[in-house]
Amino acid sequence: MTSTVNLLIGVAMGLNLLALGSSRLPSVIRSVAVQGMVIGVMPLLIEEHFDWRVAFVAAVTVGVKGFFIPNLLSRAMRSAHIDREVEPFIGFVPSLLLGAAGTIAAVAGARALPLLPEHAGTLLVPGALASVLTGFVLLIGRAKAISQVCGYLILENGIYLFGLLLINATPLLVESGILLDLTVGIFVIGIIVDRIQRAFDSLDTRKLTVLRE
Amino acid sequence: MKALLLIAIPFAAALVAALWRSERTRPWLMPIAGLAHSVLVFWMLFDPPSFAPGAWLAFDPLARAVLPAASLLFLACAAYGVSYLRIRAERSNRVFVVLMLALLGLLSAGHQARHLGVLWIATEAVTLAAVPLLHFNRTARAIEATWKYLLVGGTGIALSLLGSFCLGYASLHGGGGGDLTFAALATQGAALSRPWVLIAWVLLLVGYGTKMGLAPMHTWKPDAYGEAPGIVGAMLAGGVTTVAFTAILRVRAVVAAAGDGGIADRTLLAIGLFSMLVAALFLLGTRDFKRMLAYSSVEHMGILTIGAALGGAGVWAALFHVWGNSLAKGALFLSAGNLRRAAGARTMDEVGGLAVLAPRSAAIFVTGMFVVTACPPFAPFFSELALVRTAFATGHGLAATLFLACLLFAFFGLTRLVFAIVDGRPRRASRVPGQSIPETAGVVLPPLLLLGLVLWLGLALPDVLREAWAAAVAQLYPGSPAP
Repeated sequence: MTSTVNLLIGVAMGLNLLALGSSRLPSVIRSVAVQGMVIGVMPLLIEEHFDWRVAFVAAVTVGVKGFFIPNLLSRAMRSAHIDREVEPFIGFVPSLLLGAAGTIAAVAGARALPLLPEHAGTLLVPGALASVLTGFVLLIGRAKAISQVCGYLILENGIYLFGLLLINATPLLVESGILLDLTVGIFVIGIIVDRIQRAFDSLDTRKLTVLRE
Repeated sequence: MKALLLIAIPFAAALVAALWRSERTRPWLMPIAGLAHSVLVFWMLFDPPSFAPGAWLAFDPLARAVLPAASLLFLACAAYGVSYLRIRAERSNRVFVVLMLALLGLLSAGHQARHLGVLWIATEAVTLAAVPLLHFNRTARAIEATWKYLLVGGTGIALSLLGSFCLGYASLHGGGGGDLTFAALATQGAALSRPWVLIAWVLLLVGYGTKMGLAPMHTWKPDAYGEAPGIVGAMLAGGVTTVAFTAILRVRAVVAAAGDGGIADRTLLAIGLFSMLVAALFLLGTRDFKRMLAYSSVEHMGILTIGAALGGAGVWAALFHVWGNSLAKGALFLSAGNLRRAAGARTMDEVGGLAVLAPRSAAIFVTGMFVVTACPPFAPFFSELALVRTAFATGHGLAATLFLACLLFAFFGLTRLVFAIVDGRPRRASRVPGQSIPETAGVVLPPLLLLGLVLWLGLALPDVLREAWAAAVAQLYPGSPAP
């Protein structure tokens, strides 16, 4: 079981690098979608026995992270007639290098942290840290609103991975509350992205510079 | 039971507002629900209900010490909102009213949350509920402000979720059975895994600090407060930031129980002083009177944080300051809304002579400025005095000196800008006198009432509040003598 989970986390970490290195927005969105599906099924693998509530949470996660939000982003992208991140604040090669260094640091750093025996063999903590770092690089380093949202999604995926450590400890009510909040959050972001597109006729956040001292 | 009612009343009213058909009468649901909420919360202040220690949501001493202030602020904002939405009749107010009411319910939930996960859910929901309120004006500037608020606030709240997970894992690693209420975490105490507690503290401080608007995570604040309607700014600066502050207090108590209280206090002191310094410098530079209020809010969040770092007596002063700050910020934002409408602009380059254009609101605004710069006999003077005395008494002389210096700079910055817009002749960009909006009782009385309350708290602090704050301190510092 652990080896399957580790394999999937490895895939998620690979997708991080793909998102960092690619200039085409559709492939960034696709990496985020696949990553969302990969981490969405993970609760089913970690939970020893089948539980319909866990299955429900997993299904909702896959549906929202794998299909709903990526669709929302693709639609925003098409209506804005952009499919490329031009002149990011942090270039593609530097961000790829940052991501790779972050991944290595995450794997090394996770060893220094005390873990329960059942988690010591998994890549959950390094995977979570690497995704959080990747998310930050995208949030800071990209100029298009859609890329920044993708960064935020990867950041959230990382936190979700970390949350799997507590899957047996947190009550389902809290878990579903968190999931609901995150979903609504992304939905609100989607609406605002749409508003930006209408008001500025662009999704380039460099145009959002009126407000400053 | 009553604790849940505090959350249920606003949500029920929000539901009614969503279904209410008349645009003209819908805003009245806000003051009605606000009044019911205030009556209930003050009843509970005087007659505190008992609660189970393991409850997820309860009107515990900490909630009792701060929630009534938020309720009063909402009541004033709601009364103002009725007149405000009548002025802005060209726009549907359904979403606005529903979300304002939901905001009150979520604030009540956030203040009363005694569970790590529930606290996070409530704070995140508050952040999201504020988004449509922020861009009520739908201008390009408002959208820009909302975007920045979402990205910075969303990242902050994501980090606090990560921090919550880390704290949960600290408990799990220490043999905890998965009970994530603050009471259970504190009982676990030194058994909590130390590295995880420290990581959790950093992440939660950054996460909830973003929500509070502590420097350097304050960057969303000037934009959001500058573009939001005054009533929304008042609720954000006086209500939402306070929820994040009580969150930090609750987390700090767990960290202290784990044996790292000293580290927590040092970081709080450093970040508090840094916030005050940044705010004071920006106050000296800004030319926009609504952004000025945002920097003033950053400054006061710094003051609260410093109070939290100084032990029991400091927290007592901070809770006192929460009341003064909430009510005074309410008065300032509401009157600033009037001034903004009277002047038609917001920077000192375009605005002047507001004492002529809107004499009543200008008088409230100037008085409010003296309140937040801690002039006697208003409440913030006494809370800040208590804080400075605590700082000297606990051997933080240098911090107290820096604190006073920042207050002085903030005073220079605020007076410079406020008198520039109030004095002189109305500018050409301003509207013609006589044709500006009339200062009706509906938009003048609520901020005036808030000012009156701050004055009353300064002149005659009721014993029940002293006792409520002391009880909250006793909850946060079990075993220490009451201040």
